[in-house]
Amino acid sequence: MKVVVVGHGMVGHRFVEALRARDTTDRWEITVLAEESRSAYDRVRLSAFFDGASAQDLTYDLPDGVDLHLGEPALTIDRAARKVTTAHGMYEYDALVLATGSSAFVPPISGVDQAGVFVYRTLDDLEAIRAHAAGREVGAVIGGGLLGLEAANALRLLGLRTHVIEFAPRLMPVQVDEAGGAVLRKYVEDLGVRVHLGAATTAIRPSQSVNATLALTLSDGAHIPADIVVVAAGIRPRDELARTMGLATGARGGVVVDAGCRTDDPAVYAIGECAEIDGRCYGLVAPGYAMAEVVADRLLGGDASFPGADTSTKLKLLGVDVASFGDALRTDLLDVVYLDPASGTYAKLVLSDDAQTLLGGILVGDASSYPALRASVGGPLPASPLALLAGDAPRAALSEDAQICSCNAVTKGQISAAIHEQGCTDVAALKACTRAGTSCGSCVPLLKQLLAEGGVAPSKALCEHFTQSRAELFDIIRVRDIRTFSQLVAEHGTGRGCDICKPTVASILASLHNDYVLDGEQAALQDTNDHFLANIQRNGTYSVIPRIPGGEITPDKLIVIGEVARDFNLYTKITGGQRIDLLGARVEQLPAIWHRLVEAGFESGHAYGKALRTVKSCVGSTWCRYGVQDSVGLAVELELRYRGLRAPHKLKSAVSGCARECAEAKGKDFGIIATDNGWNLYVGGNGGFRPRHADLLASDLTTEQLITLVDRFLMFYIRTADRLQRTSAWIEAMEGGLDYLRAVIVEDSLGIAEELDAMMAHHVGSYVDEWRATINDPERLARFVSFVNAPDTPDPTITFASERGQPVPVVLGVRS
Amino acid sequence: MKWTVVCPYPRLEPERGVAALVDGAQVALFRVYDGEVYALGNLDPISGAAVLSRGIVGSRGEVPTVASPMHKQVFDLRSGECLDQPGVRVPVYSVRVREGLVEVMT
Repeated sequence: MKVVVVGHGMVGHRFVEALRARDTTDRWEITVLAEESRSAYDRVRLSAFFDGASAQDLTYDLPDGVDLHLGEPALTIDRAARKVTTAHGMYEYDALVLATGSSAFVPPISGVDQAGVFVYRTLDDLEAIRAHAAGREVGAVIGGGLLGLEAANALRLLGLRTHVIEFAPRLMPVQVDEAGGAVLRKYVEDLGVRVHLGAATTAIRPSQSVNATLALTLSDGAHIPADIVVVAAGIRPRDELARTMGLATGARGGVVVDAGCRTDDPAVYAIGECAEIDGRCYGLVAPGYAMAEVVADRLLGGDASFPGADTSTKLKLLGVDVASFGDALRTDLLDVVYLDPASGTYAKLVLSDDAQTLLGGILVGDASSYPALRASVGGPLPASPLALLAGDAPRAALSEDAQICSCNAVTKGQISAAIHEQGCTDVAALKACTRAGTSCGSCVPLLKQLLAEGGVAPSKALCEHFTQSRAELFDIIRVRDIRTFSQLVAEHGTGRGCDICKPTVASILASLHNDYVLDGEQAALQDTNDHFLANIQRNGTYSVIPRIPGGEITPDKLIVIGEVARDFNLYTKITGGQRIDLLGARVEQLPAIWHRLVEAGFESGHAYGKALRTVKSCVGSTWCRYGVQDSVGLAVELELRYRGLRAPHKLKSAVSGCARECAEAKGKDFGIIATDNGWNLYVGGNGGFRPRHADLLASDLTTEQLITLVDRFLMFYIRTADRLQRTSAWIEAMEGGLDYLRAVIVEDSLGIAEELDAMMAHHVGSYVDEWRATINDPERLARFVSFVNAPDTPDPTITFASERGQPVPVVLGVRS
Repeated sequence: MKWTVVCPYPRLEPERGVAALVDGAQVALFRVYDGEVYALGNLDPISGAAVLSRGIVGSRGEVPTVASPMHKQVFDLRSGECLDQPGVRVPVYSVRVREGLVEVMT
């Protein structure tokens, strides 16, 4: 049997996935005809495209065994012969699924068809907007609804001053009421977006002004200059194909379907935004997904019917959380309203007349209670309205049929079954098993809660020797002032430790006390890198990296590095952290190498440690004609302040002297970018396996303010992160994320800032160069021998060849 | 077969290893927490580098172990067997402490 799907948007794709997953005996051959030249992608997150996501990031994987034709829209359909014709071919069907979606509604405004005016619907639209916006300054968005604010955010991210024009007297008129709209407006305007309400755009004309290429005329007489105009005034169902087929369509467009999503032709279904069901078209993805599931079921002989649409919405627009659920805008019922202009939060609950049943609500500014509230809609009020609004979300109160994930229509009962019957033990498993949390993600906190209630606690055990997490061990060691691994493992663990827990404990002891890392029992805890204060290489030799703070180095010191490398026959390479790596040193050579380096004024660069590595810098305002601050000076100051600081993972930093960002600070754990007024601090960036740009933590800081925040950031990270968890993953895993982090270290919400400051003061005050401390102590030097019974005999297995004029290792006996 | 004196016992750090050159063979000597001494071949068969003596000493269950410093595969100090890659093993040497001196048999 053959099914042809017309359209490969989110809903068409979901249908294909659902049918492929359920059709275990391959009864259906699936052909998908797509108008766009791209495979289905996440349209809900379109503006992420301007925030670093690539088209690839947004694109879904196609299930196996689906015949997808991109750029090949259906042109005509012969219902009698059950054939679809495209420009390239003809496809027969037993069932046809229309998933043609919507097109952007463009109001009949004079001049709306000229260059510089765009709609906001597809990745191609976004690419065209990006291309046109380059080098421009002002943008205007027609439409202040959900899509309009998304588009406004996109223009902001492209660096444009942005206007939003909305015909209704408030923003997001479909989702929020007047008071909620007012709170939302304040957020949006605080971001520099100009909002024009209660105004229609009457004309768009080429501008005579030098400031912008276009000018918009509003119904209130205002004129707005703009280089680019985005029309986001709503959507219209794509039902033109259905009309040519003679299928029934609704008064306001949309292919009329029954509860089984079937049109008046029994072989033809319509799903998603192009379908009119119960007299309505839905422009949200959740009802579309529900329709996709219904049709997949029907094609396999089931009798599923459309369960009714949940039009609840939660989104973060322009940095502000907005949620709307149930009958949010009913005014003939009881409502409880909470408005706090100071914190910018607005919440409204709509209740039944007897105040017993939750019917809907609106949240602006803080939507943390949304998942639990939405799941309670239609049921008895699980707590007092005040408690609900205060975010004391009902816990055990959710009934089995409460919908946890509205995007994918997953109930609490289904989640419970996945936990108890299918053995899901974490959010990832629940996502794979039930699809809950795979679309907008807003129910993930609820999933965690249900896992916890189901008695599934994710293992936080560090290794077989400790059931505690690294953060818990940190607290135990700190509070009990434990100084040795033996005491810790005897009193809080089992066995004799391993290559996971020993270095972890060594790192905690080093972070807390900053003593010499190889004294006493600590020596036995260190990984070979920390044990020889150098970085092991593939042939068993080590690399030597002296510290070059900020990447600034004198000619004399450069000469010393060159001489040392020459005299010990070391391979030299410039590192990504603006210093110089000397590779190929044998263990017994390290003391002599470092003797020379220390004498010349060098110190350990800690390239071997889970510790601060480097603070890179650009040349800054001292030399650069664009620089606005002395980035080198700050980088040197920061690197000297945090040198030797051991942490759960390596730490990298950079300072850029202007917004051109030549030091690539946004790719660092903590990156600093100069502004006209001071410094912006970014945290949580990294390169590596999964690159991530750092997030802005605070702006326009003085140097003193900046250092205080970095001190706290680093110490809070050291105290609470998991082993080998970079700052990016640490922030992502943090409940409350960046906002929580900001509260802790900027506003001192936990009251620990003083303690963190004191820890860092101790670190800075107690720093000693560990290589200097080593070469001046014969006992410490004793371990730097090749063989205990032949201290100066080189390891005979280490040999070198020559490549491009330098020594490179010859590795023998490698198992391939 | 003969015993060769390698070093005084106190030269072995607790829960750490050292390398020794015995009759041309590289031997890794380990002193574990209870004072027991073990000797394995120093060559890590997985990376091909002579580095096992520089690994972290510990335990897995009841087994005394060393983890290769290169890629962290764990070896049984008693049998030389790799616990993470079945079929991989390193040579085991007899070792004893006599009159305060560590001796290895080759």
